[in-house]
Amino acid sequence: MDLNFTEEELAFRDECRRFFTTEIPAALREKVAQGDHLSKDEYVTTQRILNARGWAVPHWPVAWGGQDWTPVQTYLYQDEMQQANVPAPLAFNVSMVGPVIAQFGSEAQKKRFLPRCANLDDWWCQGFSEPGSGSDLASLRTTAKRVGDKYIVNGQKTWTTLAQHADWIFNLVRTDPTAKKQEGISFLLIDMKTPGIKVRPIQTIDGGHEVNEVFFDDVEVPAENLVGEENKGWDYAKFLLGNERTGIARVGVSKARIRRLKQLAAREVAGDVPLIEDRRFREKLAEVEIELKALEMTQLRVVADERRAVKGKPNPASSILKIKGSEIQQRITELTMDLAGPYAWPYTRDEDEGSNEPPVGPDFAAEAAPMYFNYRKVSIYGGSNEIQRNIIAKAILGF
Amino acid sequence: MDFDLTDEQRLLRDSVERLVADRYGFEQRRKYAAEPGGWSREMWAQYAELGLLGLPFAEDHGGFGGGAAETMIVMEAFGRALILEPYVATVLLGGGLVQAAGSAAQQAEILPRIAGGETVLAFAHTERQARYDLADVATAARQDGGAWRITGEKGVVLHGDTADTLVVSARVSGGRRDAAGIGLFLVPAEASGVTRRGYPAQDLLHGAEISLHDAPATPLGTPGEGFAAIARVVDRTIAALCAEAVGAMAELHAMTVDYLKTRKQFGRPIGDFQVLQHRSVDMFTALEQARSMAMYATVMADSDDADERARAVSAAKVQIGRSARFVGQEAIQLHGGIGMTMEYKAGHLFKRLTMIDKAYGDADHHLARLAAAGGLFSEAA
Ligand SMILES: Cc1cc2nc3c(=O)[nH]c(=O)nc-3n(C[C@H](O)[C@H](O)[C@H](O)COP(=O)(O)OP(=O)(O)OC[C@H]3O[C@@H](n4cnc5c(N)ncnc54)[C@H](O)[C@@H]3O)c2cc1C
Repeated sequence: MDLNFTEEELAFRDECRRFFTTEIPAALREKVAQGDHLSKDEYVTTQRILNARGWAVPHWPVAWGGQDWTPVQTYLYQDEMQQANVPAPLAFNVSMVGPVIAQFGSEAQKKRFLPRCANLDDWWCQGFSEPGSGSDLASLRTTAKRVGDKYIVNGQKTWTTLAQHADWIFNLVRTDPTAKKQEGISFLLIDMKTPGIKVRPIQTIDGGHEVNEVFFDDVEVPAENLVGEENKGWDYAKFLLGNERTGIARVGVSKARIRRLKQLAAREVAGDVPLIEDRRFREKLAEVEIELKALEMTQLRVVADERRAVKGKPNPASSILKIKGSEIQQRITELTMDLAGPYAWPYTRDEDEGSNEPPVGPDFAAEAAPMYFNYRKVSIYGGSNEIQRNIIAKAILGF
Repeated sequence: MDFDLTDEQRLLRDSVERLVADRYGFEQRRKYAAEPGGWSREMWAQYAELGLLGLPFAEDHGGFGGGAAETMIVMEAFGRALILEPYVATVLLGGGLVQAAGSAAQQAEILPRIAGGETVLAFAHTERQARYDLADVATAARQDGGAWRITGEKGVVLHGDTADTLVVSARVSGGRRDAAGIGLFLVPAEASGVTRRGYPAQDLLHGAEISLHDAPATPLGTPGEGFAAIARVVDRTIAALCAEAVGAMAELHAMTVDYLKTRKQFGRPIGDFQVLQHRSVDMFTALEQARSMAMYATVMADSDDADERARAVSAAKVQIGRSARFVGQEAIQLHGGIGMTMEYKAGHLFKRLTMIDKAYGDADHHLARLAAAGGLFSEAA
């Protein structure tokens, strides 16, 4: 057992750090640090800088722009990127639809979609959940009927993140209504400009607009946009969901947030004493730090095991990472809100930039409560924490 | 020992519950929130008509002569419906301070107007550096000839944007964090030297940052001796907020149980999953513990023993803060995506509960205050 990285790994880490902190605009990274919303352009700018370096999609096959990195390198890249507050490459592109197309798509689809996907020339969104199908995804009812060389799609998706920016949506659709529910599903790529698609915004409790309902009314989709085989979509969806092993813990993000929380707590006073000197606050902070360290070690163990893992097969370890990672992220938003104290209360979030009104209370306070509210989502989406527990139970208890 | 309501109290509860059931549905509330200052003048008039705005005041002052128990009954119903009107600011804080510190003439002048719904008050007390310390007051009052003038910065003033009269705390003597030397003053909100920056808050209530620059002020009671009244009124208000939180938690729990019974996944109501049943049981337990402590705070809120009262109120605020956080987070989680949306009431209850913890001291603050005061049970038998 050796917890140290090798010389080469350390050199690689430094290279990542240098790149992220010098090549990604500091103003953008500062926005991420403060929890501000990024515009579409800001995501695109970042991803293109990464892609120009070959670092937007390192986990993809080398032929399609991937890097032949060891799991440790991939880990270091992610950790450094998150710690530097770099806006992450769009997950829908790089972690979801890209790997599915690379693995199961036709050559023509790979050529057509993958380069644009990596460069964020196409913005993808994920059309899985429906009003009646959340945790029980396989019960989905959006249909695609084959007519000649087209599919006709009807139905509704919901909670579709950033569909308002999207050029394309990857949809799970029911192609065989008579088959057992998992066996009648296909994976279809749909151009968002196709007639018959309507996007309706959903406002979340923090006041933001990041999710939408997407309606399909007789939407014609060329049959060539089917990925892989008809009625095999469930397998591809499982591959997609099991693909992300370690990124979901977001350990680097939490490290950066704790660091910032400490800086803020050194500035914020109660009476005349900075809160960082308040014993109770410090102990609460230390407790999260312990949880995070444990998670980081667990993640490193998973990384070390990665060499033996079967690609695309769900691993109960990733469920542990998801549960603990989301709980820790939520806890940090809670502490940040507590730090803001009475000034967590005003709602003065500045949606239209360029307002020059001074903040009400400490400058971090406006985002503190909205972020706490918004982060309730991380234990709901991507397979809720209850569903993750079911996965672990099945794996370790055999139920 | 009797936890039952009297006939009169039951009548009060029924009439308030009927009013909010008829007039304060979630959609109606959305309309009220869009009115100036984020609340309904029409509902305000309704509260006046029902006698709610004079609830704690003496009958001589157009009131109902109610105590903390009556306030608890009203606040619990208000909590379920997420009432937006400036009841706490005007009746409990403003009216409470006039009652506790004002001269007989001031009481006779102001309290009937509150009871009649003719005036809206706000308590401009908290300052940025003070955080939750009630005695930390830098705003200064000085006498200029015979007249008092106030200069300083007040923040997070509940309904400070629509109040016509501000009750302002200001230092007459002593150091910034001394309890002694703090005075209470009445300042017309439109007076020269008063600048207000209003805003909606996370829970859709409204607040304001208020700058005072040589603002003309009338002392409420003896200048420099206001702290005891502040402490008493804030403790009572905390007890009332605890009751409001219990109402909000009860509603949130009921909504969650309802959802568990109706939402189907995997071909059955999600409430069939025992793991979710237990989660709703834990929510229920947290709610009932909170309810018990809200009652305890209510009973103690009228106590003249300031030390005993403060310990009870702090204990309740800690319990409420913790229960509210737990119930709120669990309710959102068990609702899944729908709980995250602005269109659904659960998220609003969660946000109000979160913000009640931030009002007049969060759970950490009150835990420290209680511990410093020696806790609840003395070592002597
Ligand atoms: C902010 C946000 C962004 C999202 N983005 C997207 C997106 O881009 N694309 C997309 O397709 N989807 C997206 N989702 C949807 C997300 O994946 C679903 O919300 C999630 O799958 C849960 O489904 P549900 O909301 O219908 O809740 P439900 O499945 O109805 O669950 C309700 C509650 O029951 C619990 N539960 C359900 N089944 C069980 C069980 N068997 N055992 C124990 N407990 C159970 C759940 O854990 C939850 O607590 C997003 C959601 C949110 C909140």
